[in-house]
Amino acid sequence: MGLAKRIIPCLDVTNGRVVKGVNFLELRDAGDPVEIAKRYDDQGADELTFLDITASSDNRGLILHIIEEVASQVFIPLTVGGGVREVEDVRRLLNAGADKVSINTTAVLNPKVVQDAAAKFGSQCIVVAIDAKKVENQPFEWEVFTHGGRKATGLDAVKWAEYMVSLGAGELLVTSMDRDGTKIGFNNPLNKAISNAVEVPIIASGGVGNLQHLVDGVKEGGADAVLAASIFHYGEYTVKQAKDYMAQYGIEVRR
Amino acid sequence: MSTIDIAVIDYGMGNLRSVSKALEHVAPTKNVVVTSNPDDVAKASRVVFPGQGAMPDCIRELDARGLRSAVLDAAQNKPFLGICIGLQMLFERSEEGDAAGLGLFKGNVKRFAQADMVDSQGEKLKVPHMGWNQVYQRHHADAKAHALWQGIEDGARFYYVHSYYVQPADDAIVEGYSDYPKRFTCAIAKDNLFAVQFHPEKSANAGLQLLSNFVTWSPN
Repeated sequence: MGLAKRIIPCLDVTNGRVVKGVNFLELRDAGDPVEIAKRYDDQGADELTFLDITASSDNRGLILHIIEEVASQVFIPLTVGGGVREVEDVRRLLNAGADKVSINTTAVLNPKVVQDAAAKFGSQCIVVAIDAKKVENQPFEWEVFTHGGRKATGLDAVKWAEYMVSLGAGELLVTSMDRDGTKIGFNNPLNKAISNAVEVPIIASGGVGNLQHLVDGVKEGGADAVLAASIFHYGEYTVKQAKDYMAQYGIEVRR
Repeated sequence: MSTIDIAVIDYGMGNLRSVSKALEHVAPTKNVVVTSNPDDVAKASRVVFPGQGAMPDCIRELDARGLRSAVLDAAQNKPFLGICIGLQMLFERSEEGDAAGLGLFKGNVKRFAQADMVDSQGEKLKVPHMGWNQVYQRHHADAKAHALWQGIEDGARFYYVHSYYVQPADDAIVEGYSDYPKRFTCAIAKDNLFAVQFHPEKSANAGLQLLSNFVTWSPN
């Protein structure tokens, strides 16, 4: 026996509440972040990811209070992302109790932030989030998008992943933008291509609709961890049910 | 001047909040202080020596704050818990930046060798070793069972994130191991000292149990 594959519930937070949308649109309220975090911890979640999708910078500080409160009650790793623009933002989140900080749009606009943050705080706490979409008009298969999937970058997602790891990213959160919220499963070929290209762990994200998708994410996509939101938020499945299911398929999980 | 029950040594390398929060959680009546002051370390009843990031930076920052002798003194004289780089720094030398450690224990710190990083199904294993792995206790349920493992199942999972591991020269100090894919030492103990590679403060119930054992531990 060895390292378990991780199940990571993701909480999209805006203005202090957890929400879930489809393709980053039509947000619905899913509850109080601290309560939800505690519930997932009780169910056996291996880690929690909070994405701050607050549009206005006025309310950005709310996430710090949420993280402080969760970190004093939940003793599993916490990753926080969204709105990270500079090294100082990384410091603030770590000081609030985040164990890892996820950097997305800023990594594209200013890759030096990834490099500086990894040098300062260690690669173990720097996650680069890559939002990718399948494209037809490029010499590669998957393109990196930013700004919640609205802006194309012209970057090859696989090459980009390699570059981010070379700058010090300790983990990659790979979200398939054309799958997110669709419930048709992860983009396993994308995840596999990135997983094969780099040495660091990959978290698969975007598109989970049932427990078989989690199994496929590991077996076909080579993911080290699987991230899901809506299947857990609305009580369709508990984390424990997800682990029981994955274990039936021979995947090592923490129970 | 209030007493310090537990000093968490802060040398400017990353986030110690989760360590102190977890200690406060298991010992709500104890005074837990995060400190970079050598006098506090000397005064404290118990000392926790965490660490993250790169070992060469950790050693440099430790020395920049004049903490080396206070750490070495505590490690030999009072209940002392090393975590992650706080374990690695106790050894002689690390492959990471070819840095010298504190040299309290003979042995070195090695990186997971790329050539070994394949599981039994031929799948690639990632570095850093990140996530929940099983921890096997050297003396589980035997006469030499260590007090810090009390109430923790043999093979319980703890949370890891690291690319380097310790190779003690003296096998007698080994108290626990994990497999990735080869067996490596994840816990050592000697007298008043216990040190682990995983993060008990992030390891849910198993980790809280270990911390709880530490705050009540009275080594002989």
